[in-house]
Amino acid sequence: MLVLAVVPVIFAAASPLQRGREFLWFVGGMAGVVALSLLFVQPLLKAAAPPLLAPRDGVRWHRLGGMAIVGLVALHVGALYAYSPDDITDALLLTAPTPFSVYGVISLWCLVLTAVLAATRRALNFDQQLWSILHSVLAVAVVGAGAVHAIQIEGAMEDMSKIAICIAALTATTGAVIEVNVLRPLRLRQRSRRA
Amino acid sequence: MTGKIIVLDRRVFLGGSAALAAAGLMPGVGVSGVAQAAGALAATATMPGGANNYFPNAPLVQNLGTGFTVSGVVRRAGDGQPLPNLRVQIWAATERGGERVPSNRGSVMTGPDGRYSLDISPIVPQFGQPHIHIAYDDPGFATLFLRPVLGSRHDKTMSADFVLAPAV
Repeated sequence: MLVLAVVPVIFAAASPLQRGREFLWFVGGMAGVVALSLLFVQPLLKAAAPPLLAPRDGVRWHRLGGMAIVGLVALHVGALYAYSPDDITDALLLTAPTPFSVYGVISLWCLVLTAVLAATRRALNFDQQLWSILHSVLAVAVVGAGAVHAIQIEGAMEDMSKIAICIAALTATTGAVIEVNVLRPLRLRQRSRRA
Repeated sequence: MTGKIIVLDRRVFLGGSAALAAAGLMPGVGVSGVAQAAGALAATATMPGGANNYFPNAPLVQNLGTGFTVSGVVRRAGDGQPLPNLRVQIWAATERGGERVPSNRGSVMTGPDGRYSLDISPIVPQFGQPHIHIAYDDPGFATLFLRPVLGSRHDKTMSADFVLAPAV
């Protein structure tokens, strides 16, 4: 699991395309690569907490992971904006000549919405089940759009490891959504019926 | 080889980009200013992002390295006459760095037949897409900024003909 998450990052950092790139460009690009890798680990922290770790630890790590992803995406957009304001402004206004930027922006706004809801759901007294469903839908959108964004980019990531991490992130997210919203409640219900 | 795999995957993954293409959001590959309207040659339109990282007055150069060649014919709108002795400015990302690196930027003049040609080091994708920039920014004709995308980052040549409108 760790290999799957770390290898694409190492390959991207070592890419010959990084030669001659300005520091901000390198940092901005790599922040996106690391965020993509975390999108694979993140759903597992929550959905596979037992057996991976204790349920309470799973939630705590999942929360930290979420903050890390938001921070990395902010760095990805921020550093690339500092390097080339024109490119990022075009992307955010959906006027960029590159098709992949649309998917990046979709993923970005779904992530922002997720972060806002996660930060305010207690204050807003959000129903647990409603939050779970909303978060699941947004998570699939973040990962799906993010994966398309990454695959369409011709950049420093190595092709095979890029496809592998994208498929892994999508599979882990979809699996986690089914586990948390369907399988786990079903098991709990069966257990309470037996009791 | 790996490029092939990506293309296959794109087909599987990206039904969305077909929708985007239908919506006219996909950039055209290559440049064609040849839009025949009632027998008159229409001027080529500036491309989105064409002026990115433009620095005026790129110096005249022999080449910007070797390994990739861009060439084309410059014509004038209307009768399609080739335009000799015009300055064409070109910049692109190479292994020497991004589009702002001075050695990645240069001008060439069109010959008597309106043709220009410039050798550049192999093109490296800049911001996720292998492309070059071409500008016409002198008096006489309307300013034009192009951003043609390579069919593949491993392409060795690109043809980019364009048509200039009279200065307004």
